Amino acid sequence: MKAAINGQDRELPDGTTIAHLLDLLGAPRSGIAVARNEKVVRRADYATSEVRDGDSIEIIKAVAGG
Amino acid sequence: MTDILRIGSYELSSRLIVGTGKYPSMEVMRAAHAASGAVMVTVAIRRINLDDPSGKTLLDYIDRENLLVLPNTAGCYTAKDAVLTAQLARELLETDLIKLEVIGDPDTLHPDARETLNAAERLVNEGFTVLPYIGDDPVVCKQLEELGCAAVMPLAAPIGSGLGVCNPYTIRIIKERAKVPVIVDAGVGTASDAAIAMELGVDALLMNTGIAAARDPVLMAEAMKHAVIAGRAAYHAGRMEKRLYANASSPMRDLISTKAI
Repeated sequence: MKAAINGQDRELPDGTTIAHLLDLLGAPRSGIAVARNEKVVRRADYATSEVRDGDSIEIIKAVAGG
Repeated sequence: MTDILRIGSYELSSRLIVGTGKYPSMEVMRAAHAASGAVMVTVAIRRINLDDPSGKTLLDYIDRENLLVLPNTAGCYTAKDAVLTAQLARELLETDLIKLEVIGDPDTLHPDARETLNAAERLVNEGFTVLPYIGDDPVVCKQLEELGCAAVMPLAAPIGSGLGVCNPYTIRIIKERAKVPVIVDAGVGTASDAAIAMELGVDALLMNTGIAAARDPVLMAEAMKHAVIAGRAAYHAGRMEKRLYANASSPMRDLISTKAI
């Protein structure tokens, strides 16, 4: 299946959860937040929330700004 | 004199809110934050870099024991993007605070009033403490207040311009009519600009470039701290009336007078 991660198309195994995705990317669990199809995925739901074909995933962090 | 700033349910012991952008290093930023006396700092929200997703983030350099973090929606051009950014910021930082910023023009970085109002309404309904960056328009500021924003944050001059208070008249009108705190956000370039803004009676200042882009950001942070305190005190003290001609401070009676030869 294919999903857009931060605007980049990525091929992912079926059944990939948000937690799996973060591990695949090498991303930390803290210091980030995730949205799936423009809805925030709560941290507690990473292990159970599955990425589906065609999903749009945003993974964000805090950066310097004013 | 204790002079607490109340924004929604938050109580701040400093009337200076500072940014985290444009500093020469994270160490200088930390030192500037400490020198400013600020108790609230802004951060932006961006996608992680998928090619380098781990490592330290900005949050590792912010003293969260002593500083409240105010995430912003900078860079958003639509209410929809701003609302999602705010929701992600809430999940990331476990805060209901949001500096709402919806830009309408890339050159002036002036806000889009319609999109800002739309986003403000949605975010207030979702329980956020909304601090909107907005033009110095008394009508739009009043509309944002009526929607339930916890403060209004009119610009003094364009973001990063350092031009100082370009229109003191509108800032003063906004303050006179507002029932929520008025925080001048953007445009302050040096300490005198900060003092002038505070002397107009506004409740607080939010600044980033004015400190971060100074030759010595830590020293400028200290200068801004004093300027905000001085401007606030001068506002409360009430300035003297301006006069066209001189009015001597020393007595004009009993003057020594030598005879002309």
